[in-house]
Amino acid sequence: MTVLAVAQRRAGHAFQRQGALAVLAVVVLIALAAFPNFRSPDNAATILVAAAPPMLIALGMTFVIITGGIDLSVGSLYVLGGVLASWASQYGFVAAIAVPLAVCGAIGLLNGALIAYTGMAPFIVTLAALLGARGLMRAVSDEGSTTYIVQNDAFHTLGTGSLLGIGNQVWLVAIIVLLGMVVLSRTRFGNAVYAVGGSEDAAALMGVAVRRTRIGVYVLSGLLAGLAGTINAAKLGSGVTVLGAGMELDAIAAVVIGGTLLTGGAGTIAGTVAGVLLLGVIQNLINQVGDLNSNWQQVISGAFLALVVVAQTYLVRLRRT
Amino acid sequence: MTLLEVAGVSKVFPGVRALDDVSFALRPGEVHALVGENGAGKSTLIKVLTGVYRPDAGELRYQGEPVSFATPMDAQRAGISTIYQEVNLIPLMSVAQNLFLGREPRTTLGLVDRARMDREARDILAGYGVTTDVRARLGSLPLGAQQMVALACAVMIDAKVVVMDEPTSSLEPREVETLFGVIQDLHERGIGIIYVSHRMDELYRICDTVTILRDGKLVHTGRLADLERVRLVALMLGREVSDVRREGFTVFSGDHAAADDTPVLRVSGLSSRNRLHDISFGVRPGEVVGLGGLLGAGRSETIKAIAGAYPVDRGEIEVDGAPLRHPTTVKAVAAGIAVQPEDRKAEGIIPGLSIRENIALSILPRMSTFGLVSDAKIDEVVDRFMKRLRIKAAGPHQRVGDLSGGNQQKVLLARLLATGPKVLLLDEPTRGIDVGAKAEVQALIDELAAEGLGVVLVSSDAEELVEGSGRVVVLRDGAVVGVLTGDDVTTESLLATIAEAGA
Repeated sequence: MTVLAVAQRRAGHAFQRQGALAVLAVVVLIALAAFPNFRSPDNAATILVAAAPPMLIALGMTFVIITGGIDLSVGSLYVLGGVLASWASQYGFVAAIAVPLAVCGAIGLLNGALIAYTGMAPFIVTLAALLGARGLMRAVSDEGSTTYIVQNDAFHTLGTGSLLGIGNQVWLVAIIVLLGMVVLSRTRFGNAVYAVGGSEDAAALMGVAVRRTRIGVYVLSGLLAGLAGTINAAKLGSGVTVLGAGMELDAIAAVVIGGTLLTGGAGTIAGTVAGVLLLGVIQNLINQVGDLNSNWQQVISGAFLALVVVAQTYLVRLRRT
Repeated sequence: MTLLEVAGVSKVFPGVRALDDVSFALRPGEVHALVGENGAGKSTLIKVLTGVYRPDAGELRYQGEPVSFATPMDAQRAGISTIYQEVNLIPLMSVAQNLFLGREPRTTLGLVDRARMDREARDILAGYGVTTDVRARLGSLPLGAQQMVALACAVMIDAKVVVMDEPTSSLEPREVETLFGVIQDLHERGIGIIYVSHRMDELYRICDTVTILRDGKLVHTGRLADLERVRLVALMLGREVSDVRREGFTVFSGDHAAADDTPVLRVSGLSSRNRLHDISFGVRPGEVVGLGGLLGAGRSETIKAIAGAYPVDRGEIEVDGAPLRHPTTVKAVAAGIAVQPEDRKAEGIIPGLSIRENIALSILPRMSTFGLVSDAKIDEVVDRFMKRLRIKAAGPHQRVGDLSGGNQQKVLLARLLATGPKVLLLDEPTRGIDVGAKAEVQALIDELAAEGLGVVLVSSDAEELVEGSGRVVVLRDGAVVGVLTGDDVTTESLLATIAEAGA
């Protein structure tokens, strides 16, 4: 192997691990220099608050994708979680959180069990769950015409209050992300997640409980999507039924931009955090440029995604040679 | 006391009796060779022993108790570990993570203790001659080192039985020595080892006992040292050394006097990593040259290397006097080499397509004008070959998957011949097809050679090889160990050459 090839490979690995972070840093630096409004602490808080629900969804998606799966149901679960939380808030703070988590977790469990036990493709199973959860949401909201208003002050404060100038939900998400990092990198379950995605057969032969691991990641993904909807409802003060379409795709994009291999077996939560923030910052910047249609954000996100996937394909090829 | 034994075990798959009333016993500290040609039932037996398959009949006893493993995991938990042919680890995870997967050391908080895991992994691997950064991704290690990690993994989980399936096939000589050291160590610790290999020298060096399977049946079990090499080979191949039947099974007509002396295929000094060493031979037009040897001797690799489907480090290949440099499959086909791969289903025919489509596949590129092919032209070629090869089918549009094995093989041959090759490489052309069809395929090979093609024939059936070939090049451990010509082309001398000690 030539020196150049080694350098290329190193650069490749570094890009895969820290690429999103590097791009994020560059984009933020440019934004700080070019956009006066971007510099205000308020704006930073806005970006973080907006990124909180997508962050939770992408966190769960990271676990799923590392096992080599995909979870398309999270967008629907996000909306369903929000509607259920608003509705249940009339029965108190605990119910407002427990009900959406229970329902979304159960749907995640169903996803996981179907995938693990029947061997059906995750794409199909979670697509079915996407449709099913959307239907469920419409049923409980009378075709989307009933908007439940949050009726519990404590619950509402979870979404609107702040601590040390930073929104409550940002703290909550930060803690959950840190927990997620510990689980993924420092527990047996985390190792099993990588092992299942790396080589299911090898993992099974080495005694990893493949099915339990698969089920685990889909339950986690369902719970986090439900929680994302819950904190969003707490912030908005109501269960909005029209948001959330396409959230699953944004989450997948963020995870992949963060360097997680779509084929499974490799990826980090730090990368996902960078991926979510990158998408959030781009959105924010486009809002700063007044005359630019916010749909451009999607064009730019799409371009980033394509770039990252091309880079990943190139990396996989490097590794094989 | 026996550690692991099966008595009267049978396993039937649709159409095949993979194991037929086989008994096998492994004692503690014993290194037990399990040998047999392809399809003899070795893999099935191993899979029964390790919980992958449940036997249809017969009993499995482990440490004196009857047991039944539902999954490989159950067997592994009970102390039966397997190291598979292809390394079965997770390339994207670190060496240490692989070694401790599912049994990571944990801190009091229940978190994985990485420092301890890395330290222990380093210590353990040092005992296997592997000194590497245990935090590196496993996939970045050389294959030999990966295999050592797999072995360490198997032994670590307190194994009492270790099954090794061709463990040395991807190892360098130095690594083989390390492996033998480890096996010696396991032997002293009373761990039973089932060792599958085709390398005679290895077997005689490290194994105490041997069990020979053929066609799913037990043909011999006993002390290896008491068994002569030539006898072992004869038992594996199903031939009595002293009583070789010279006729009856095959319909090859034998020699085709070669038309002239210019070889249509010349191979010299062909080498590939540690699998092929300096292989040289030539094939004249009209000649059938057999490649003899046991499984793993390098026969298929040689064929694939000539066809551009196996990496070549050194050596020259000439087709009809023109050198074939850096062969790729495309270049090889263009030069006039047609290859019939060993696994007809996986690498050859496309079962879902019709006979016509399968044959047309290979000729499309050369029959097309501006990317278009006339149907009439294809029909003509397909019709010609169906008649020529006597393919029995309802018509050219029948699905190839619905044909019998023999007819599938003929479709494959038709496809090869349609490219107008000069050299035909045939790897096990009659495997898995019934006796009648076998004779027909053999007769066809004969005719094709008579028409001036150069044919290279690989067959595990010693009789077929000897009867069908004018010359037999005998391989062992990837090197040519002898060439049988003229009256020497007999099953006896083939077996003797295969079994010969040393190089």
